[in-house]
Amino acid sequence: MSSTTPRTSPEIGGMGHSMKRKEDARFLRGQGKYVDDVKLPGMLYLDIVRSPYAHAKITKIDTSNAMAIPGVLAVVTGELLKQYNLHWMPTLMSDTQMVLPVEKVMHQGQEVAAVLATSRYIAADGVQAVEVDYEPLPVVVDPFKALEPGATVLRTDKEGKTDNHIWHWEAGDKAATDQAFAQAEVTVKQDIYIPRINVASIETCGCVAHFNKTDGKLTVWMTTQAPHAIRTVFALVAGHVGLSEEKIRIISPDIGGGFGGKVPVYPGYVIAVAASVLTGAPVKWIEDRIENLQAASFARDYHITAELAGKKDGTLQALRFKTIADHGYTDAAANPSKFPAGLFHIATGSYDFQHAFMEVDAAYTNKPPGGIAYRCSFRVTEAVHTIERMVDIFANDIGMDPADLRKKNFIKPDQFPYKSQFGFEYDSGNYIGALDLAMKRIGYDELRKEQAEKRKKGELMGIGISSFTEIVGAGPSKHYDILGIKMFDSCELRIHPTGKAIARFGTKSQGQGHETTYAQIIAEELGIPAEHVAVEEGDTDTAPYGLGTYASRSTPVAGAAGAMAARKVRDKARKIAAYLLEVSEEDLDWEPGKFFVKGSPSKSKTIQECAFAAYTNHPQGMEAGLEAVNYYDPPNLTYPFGSYICVVDIDKGTGQVKIRRFVAVDDCGNIINPMIVDGQIHGGLTMGLAPALYEEINYDADGNIQGGSLMDYLVPTSMETPSWETDKTCTPSPHHPIGAKGVGESATVGAPAAIANAVVDALWHLGIRHVDIPITPPKVWALLNEKGVAE
Amino acid sequence: MTMHKITVNVNGTPREGEVEPRLLLVHFLREDLSMTGTHIGCDTTSCGACTVLLNGKAIKSCTAFAVQADGREVMTVEGLEKDGKLDRIQEGFHQEHGLQCGFCTPGMMMTSYALLKSNPSPSEHDIRWGISGNLCRCTGYVNIVKAIQYAAQKPAE
Amino acid sequence: MIPASFEYSSPKTLSEAISLLQQHGADAKILSGGQSLIPLMKLRMAAPKHVVDINGIAGLSYIKEDGGFLTIGALTREADVDASELVRTRYPLLADTAGVIGDPLVRNQATVAGNLAHADPANDHPATMLAFGASVVATGPKGTRTIAISDFFTGIFTTTLEPDEILTEIRIPMPQAGSGGAYLKVERKVGDFAAAAVAVQIRLDGDTFKDAGIGLTNVGPMPIKAARAEAALRGKAANNGTIVEAARIAAEEAEPADDLRGSADYKRSLVRVLTARALRLAIARAKGEH
Repeated sequence: MSSTTPRTSPEIGGMGHSMKRKEDARFLRGQGKYVDDVKLPGMLYLDIVRSPYAHAKITKIDTSNAMAIPGVLAVVTGELLKQYNLHWMPTLMSDTQMVLPVEKVMHQGQEVAAVLATSRYIAADGVQAVEVDYEPLPVVVDPFKALEPGATVLRTDKEGKTDNHIWHWEAGDKAATDQAFAQAEVTVKQDIYIPRINVASIETCGCVAHFNKTDGKLTVWMTTQAPHAIRTVFALVAGHVGLSEEKIRIISPDIGGGFGGKVPVYPGYVIAVAASVLTGAPVKWIEDRIENLQAASFARDYHITAELAGKKDGTLQALRFKTIADHGYTDAAANPSKFPAGLFHIATGSYDFQHAFMEVDAAYTNKPPGGIAYRCSFRVTEAVHTIERMVDIFANDIGMDPADLRKKNFIKPDQFPYKSQFGFEYDSGNYIGALDLAMKRIGYDELRKEQAEKRKKGELMGIGISSFTEIVGAGPSKHYDILGIKMFDSCELRIHPTGKAIARFGTKSQGQGHETTYAQIIAEELGIPAEHVAVEEGDTDTAPYGLGTYASRSTPVAGAAGAMAARKVRDKARKIAAYLLEVSEEDLDWEPGKFFVKGSPSKSKTIQECAFAAYTNHPQGMEAGLEAVNYYDPPNLTYPFGSYICVVDIDKGTGQVKIRRFVAVDDCGNIINPMIVDGQIHGGLTMGLAPALYEEINYDADGNIQGGSLMDYLVPTSMETPSWETDKTCTPSPHHPIGAKGVGESATVGAPAAIANAVVDALWHLGIRHVDIPITPPKVWALLNEKGVAE
Repeated sequence: MTMHKITVNVNGTPREGEVEPRLLLVHFLREDLSMTGTHIGCDTTSCGACTVLLNGKAIKSCTAFAVQADGREVMTVEGLEKDGKLDRIQEGFHQEHGLQCGFCTPGMMMTSYALLKSNPSPSEHDIRWGISGNLCRCTGYVNIVKAIQYAAQKPAE
Repeated sequence: MIPASFEYSSPKTLSEAISLLQQHGADAKILSGGQSLIPLMKLRMAAPKHVVDINGIAGLSYIKEDGGFLTIGALTREADVDASELVRTRYPLLADTAGVIGDPLVRNQATVAGNLAHADPANDHPATMLAFGASVVATGPKGTRTIAISDFFTGIFTTTLEPDEILTEIRIPMPQAGSGGAYLKVERKVGDFAAAAVAVQIRLDGDTFKDAGIGLTNVGPMPIKAARAEAALRGKAANNGTIVEAARIAAEEAEPADDLRGSADYKRSLVRVLTARALRLAIARAKGEH
């Protein structure tokens, strides 16, 4: 089966229907309500003074010129926050991060002071007028150098800390793996650097914080993907200044793209909250794009030494990775607490390895905090990029076609559920099916022939494959928590007397279409038309507790909660139907939207009739109403997968890489809305293209960011982006209530390797084994020039 | 510093304001007129989220001062719907799933609206070239192209 | 992203604009398209105390052939040039250039004159005007004067315009028979400045180069006229050998620097590659083959 065949009618709009989106109505009219659209009476504006230095002592902050500007009300500094013990805050990985510094700054662009003013324009003038004196300190930007003995210690705030090492983490069996390598016929080794990138959603981060002095309630409209977690963190961190969790309301309104970049607590939020608590006025803080690109939402920055061992016949046997993780000056990554390197250990990928070992060491450097789970689940893009590059290197080293090598080593369909060497239990997969379909769609054999012909003429053409296994839906409470909060998610479903419904969830869409897809899940389970199911998320006063939307966890976890809640509702409705029809429950059958008596289909009650009866004619002894809550603790993660094939042509004169075609075959199990799934894939592919060929964030030796604006951070336009071709296979998840796996990040995870593999494939015959992303024209040209084949 | 009285025709209605010269057109629309449909995505004239029509031409309203719009016509996303009927561009974006988070959408639709006015039957390349000043992070542009192609099939109002 | 405060005037006549410039001197800046000025003001890298908006002055927006020249008015937008049938057919070098400046939205506002007067070495029109052998007309309190483009640029963001002068017209010599031109730009993505770009305008007499103009974009502190490469073409046969040699010389005349768009070596090589490709395209156009 290649896609989900709907079991409900289009009018009901259950799973498999490409229902048009309900949330479009407001966005099409420019009536979305994003954080910067929030305007309250008496609202003040916050703008932030930032450090030009990557590492420096602050010797003086002179606010007098700023305060002299009419309309500037205050300048908040670390000294002020220190009085309330709010100058440092915990990160999601239980490290600590400065809200505003008292002694020194540790990255360029770090918040140094904040100006509070009556207008946005005056606040900007105030920022220009604040004078800060710095005493530069030695800068550490190379994580390898940071870990050398004698390196300048950055975290002098941590008592007893004498180095820049954050943590060491490992998985697998080192001894057995080392032995496998020692005995292997073939080993390949490659250093792979996956540079730092920035999420750069079109809406930057921001908040409006409003502390009401009368009732002590704090309301914060915030660009956050995880409003409940934020509320609890605020209550724990600021409880001592009078914030109490029942009096904190976090509202995540419409969000202009999250992708993981809107999960962390940024200092700007905390300063805005503090300013509002102090003044009693609403305070708005919206970061500029340059501030966003220089201080927030960074991801990747992994230096990996990767090794594979196997046989000359192409059998892969062992995997060994050693990684240095550059976290910036604090570990503010958003990872489950037991897994500081996220799910990087999915790196055995789609292949049946016998032995595997990996170790990761994290380092502090003078950079902004990194490690956002940027549309990668948790570090899965890094894992997939590495294994897929290494598989290609292995294949080319032994002279085997990379597609053949993959097929030889794929975990076979009958091996599922499959326990990997790193302890994951993959729920289901059909890797050969996906790769075969991709090869057919792209015309693989013809392309290889074309490549051989072109090579004779000196033309450079490449074909790259990425056959990835994703891992999403964090996660089972046994292993997964963030700051101790387990990673369940929730749905609260209530059916009204007239048979319409409202469903609230603990997740938060930032464009994924939950108002439509969650309604479709309820429609599937209850036969109530999706049109009649209102979906709400994001207001912590009303939504049930959840861990939010990131790491593709909404469908696997909250979607499951929705299905389970709907089934509880259906169970109660069955009792009501039995009562109304005067039969026993066992005598009833169900079709979407209706209970009917077995053998007498005309004796039936619709779900709407049951709902009405729940309020007007419920059986004695039964509670009135028709609602249910489910907190879903997933029994396992889910494992979407796919095969992507990319074809490139390289211009030998300019080094430009042109993507001729890109076929993406994805398998995310049962699909709720095919139109929305394809949209997620198109967007994800584009976010995989970006770091493959265009985007990177670098720092010079003084810690100055190289290219900290959209002029130099190269987000692809419609012209750089190919016309993506997509297809599907469908291998449902056996443990998920609706068999769905989630898909939001698959394409960002799988695409970079397909593109990198295509470029290296075009150059392999020249002796080039690897090129780090982004594969820019100057980089390609330098390689061609070195090999004497540049035009 | 002198304030300037301006009158800007916004979506067919004259709107008055008294503004600082440095007030950006996008802020005049969003703050002074409370028309928050036009969005801000960057600070280097790079993203196009703020696109509006000025005297019929698609421009980045973050890179124009409100005073420059005095005596001129501005059309924003709020002006696309007429008498309760969505413009064919809006229809196209809805039918073809040309939006996800919706943040780039107003600017993208204004550019598309102007594109179809000057090129009623654009090729895919024409479309991609025409929207190359509008960044989208969510859709990967495929469905935006389809949305504009859908609209091009419908009669203009 | 908020500019510093300034005073603003929108004169209705050229003489009004010029007297404002006289009045405020170095404190004043002309606003035409604003696509270079306003971004700089938003970053507070420019903070003129007085902005003189000339967009309301009538009669400054035209593209027409007149007296042996293609004349372009001060308020002619890049989009106007891009859409002009006249430019596309008779001045393809100019059409190519206007089409790759910024993005379509920027082109609706940005002016050709502004692109020259702003004198950012990364701007595209300077090299093109050098290749055309164009001139510009400056209008000031004492009247108008014509400046050859090869005399116009004096440094980074600096031209020979006086503080009280406005660039009011650009004049490109009308092409003679056998003319062709092309602009090729390598950019990291649409909307970027050039990693390197080459402007070529040639005139063929049969299969011989009668004349050649070559301009180089963003490979030096100022736009570069590749005079030695031009000389290597004049009088020579329009064949591969000549093209390759001229391209090699043009690369030598470039003075690129390492930056985020590439190494100096890369850019120098781009100049060589793009010069050859632009020459081939210009020749094809001159012969009516394109």
